[in-house]
Amino acid sequence: MKITVAGEKKEYADNLTIAALIEAEDVETPQYVTVSVNEEFIDSDKFDSFTLKEGDEVEFLYFMGGGAR
Amino acid sequence: MAFTNEQLERYSRHIILKEIGAKGQKKLLNAKVLIIGAGGLGAPAALYLAAAGVGTIGIVDADEVDLSNLQRQVIHTTNDIGKKKVESAAETMRAINPDITVNTYYQYVTSENILDLIKDYDFILDGTDNFPAKFLINDACVMAGKPFSHAGIIRFKGQLTTIIPGESPCYRCIFKNPPPKDAVPTCKQAGVIGAMGGVIGSLQAMEAVKFITGVGELLTGYLLTYDALKMEFHKIKLPPRGKGCAVCSDEPTITELIDYEQAVCEWKPGE
Ligand SMILES: [Zn+2]
Repeated sequence: MKITVAGEKKEYADNLTIAALIEAEDVETPQYVTVSVNEEFIDSDKFDSFTLKEGDEVEFLYFMGGGAR
Repeated sequence: MAFTNEQLERYSRHIILKEIGAKGQKKLLNAKVLIIGAGGLGAPAALYLAAAGVGTIGIVDADEVDLSNLQRQVIHTTNDIGKKKVESAAETMRAINPDITVNTYYQYVTSENILDLIKDYDFILDGTDNFPAKFLINDACVMAGKPFSHAGIIRFKGQLTTIIPGESPCYRCIFKNPPPKDAVPTCKQAGVIGAMGGVIGSLQAMEAVKFITGVGELLTGYLLTYDALKMEFHKIKLPPRGKGCAVCSDEPTITELIDYEQAVCEWKPGE
């Protein structure tokens, strides 16, 4: 199936969970990433059970500190 | 209030813009912006807002200028090492534009002082380096109904969003709680390319100018991310405000400000 990850079209096998995508995409600090699918946030306790489908648009939102000091 | 000849010349490149004009420049001169953090993000933002003639600019920081700051905090110079950052920043801003008033607050924001600090300002700019401060600024601005720009930078990446409380999603809509201490690297631990503060801090200044003048579309409802290595900007559309958010939903569970544990790593080279 084709899905869009962070604005980029990608090919993945069907029945991919968010947890599996996080691993495949080598997401940094995966336990603190916020995930949205089709412009909706998915609770992190659903990452293992939420299955992505053809055409889904997935975004990873990361904590970013920085600024002063 | 009419413009002086000096103001007409100083702001001529603004006034000539049909979107800004004399009207917009007046709005800037009458506006009050508070910059929290006189560092990587706050420095470029303060320079541009001072130059733009934002009439009153407040700057909050309890730190002193350190040699390791100068790689990115372009409002301070080598001669300023050891000075209070707010004083050093104010001196530069006044030198750029004597037309403006700069208020300095030599303190860090806490649950005790933040509402008092933000209350007289129209727009707040979060240029802090740590998550407790970022959550505190978000919650305080949401509670006080103050529009603000949130931003973060690390390594070769940066991101920002603009938040209009009651309208657009807040920081806590995206991230429910601060990460545990040292779970997510800070700039001090991971490094940051100096120009990143320039890119993202200038974008924050741009949002402040747009908010004040009412020009264009604000970065509300989106998180704009920038990856310098790929040279890519990406706009992530955020879900609508408040759905289950602890602070900005219509039935908030957080109604008092929280001082989270300070998570900035104190590691310094040679220690
Ligand atoms: Zn919220």
